[in-house]
Amino acid sequence: MSKFTKKKSNELPPISTASLPDIVFMLLFFFMVATVMRETNLLVEQQLPKADQVEKLKKDRSIFIFAGKPSQQYKDKYGEEGRIQIGDKYTDVSNIGMALSEARGKLIPELQSKVVVALKVDDDTNTGLVTDIKEKLRELNMVKIIYITTPGNQLDDY
Amino acid sequence: MARRSAPEVNAGSMADIAFLLLIFFLVTTTMEKDKGIARQLPPIQKEDSTPPVLIKDKNLFIVLVNKNDQLLVEDSPMKLKDLRQAAIEFLDNGGAPSNSPENCNYCQGKKDPSSSDNPNKAIISVQNDRLTSYKMYIAVQNELVGAYNFLRNRESQRLFGWDYTDVKKHVDAGTYVGDRKKAEGNLKEIQALFPLKLSEALPKKTGK
Repeated sequence: MSKFTKKKSNELPPISTASLPDIVFMLLFFFMVATVMRETNLLVEQQLPKADQVEKLKKDRSIFIFAGKPSQQYKDKYGEEGRIQIGDKYTDVSNIGMALSEARGKLIPELQSKVVVALKVDDDTNTGLVTDIKEKLRELNMVKIIYITTPGNQLDDY
Repeated sequence: MARRSAPEVNAGSMADIAFLLLIFFLVTTTMEKDKGIARQLPPIQKEDSTPPVLIKDKNLFIVLVNKNDQLLVEDSPMKLKDLRQAAIEFLDNGGAPSNSPENCNYCQGKKDPSSSDNPNKAIISVQNDRLTSYKMYIAVQNELVGAYNFLRNRESQRLFGWDYTDVKKHVDAGTYVGDRKKAEGNLKEIQALFPLKLSEALPKKTGK
């Protein structure tokens, strides 16, 4: 009889964590493959508007323009007015041309004539600022633009 | 001599190292998810260029958005959710009489003579205030593009048996299976039936 009771111990066997590294590595590889390095440090708020009639952005031929209110940590210095960011710094409407030509120079030469300007604008911004940017783009003859949005539909909010 | 087994390497810290790397990648990278509404801006008009072609009033669908994000469509207030249907009805109207050269033989609209003659002639004009929110601006653009996509899908279903938006997405992404050249030609054909004619006037400064 004692032969059987002897085996029964009160301790729970420890959970094996041997496969934990495997699981974490799996996650790691997933993120390494599915993501890209951040290129710019955002200086403005970016709550993109929603839309569902969208096309995919061709990343190899695009230049990004960000616009919106300065982020929380820059509010004291730059105020609450909507601002434009190209590359890693704030840009004035009058300086867009220079900043964009510089950004265009970084693209592959074959694609420089097919450049698409991607506008990433916070949904709280006034349209006036966007209009100013578009006017400037027309002057620069960069007429292909794309308004970057997030999936969804604005109608759901009303 | 007894064979001594090699001591096992302690792999307990492997998980910690992997976590460290994982967190590094989570923080420094972003997901590729940039999608949006593509648009072509009109080139700058020179001062001395030819005067603009007169557009008939009935071929113009005017959408006004004021600084409080309210819509005025063809002189009457409208809710955003009704905009798409209104735009579809306007574009698809085909009001030209059947004996005129402007007759639209694929339109399924009401053939109302007081609305647009032909999708080729129909122009949607959006006018917004400088203080309109960008959110509303995109919402309006989205609804109008939605109206065009609806009509293009309908025509491509009728002519070729597939959805315009579906095939366009695959052709753009390079994942289209089959004759790509032919598909591109077909897409062009559909685009010619319902050309995207969205005009944007410079916003007025009434909001100031």
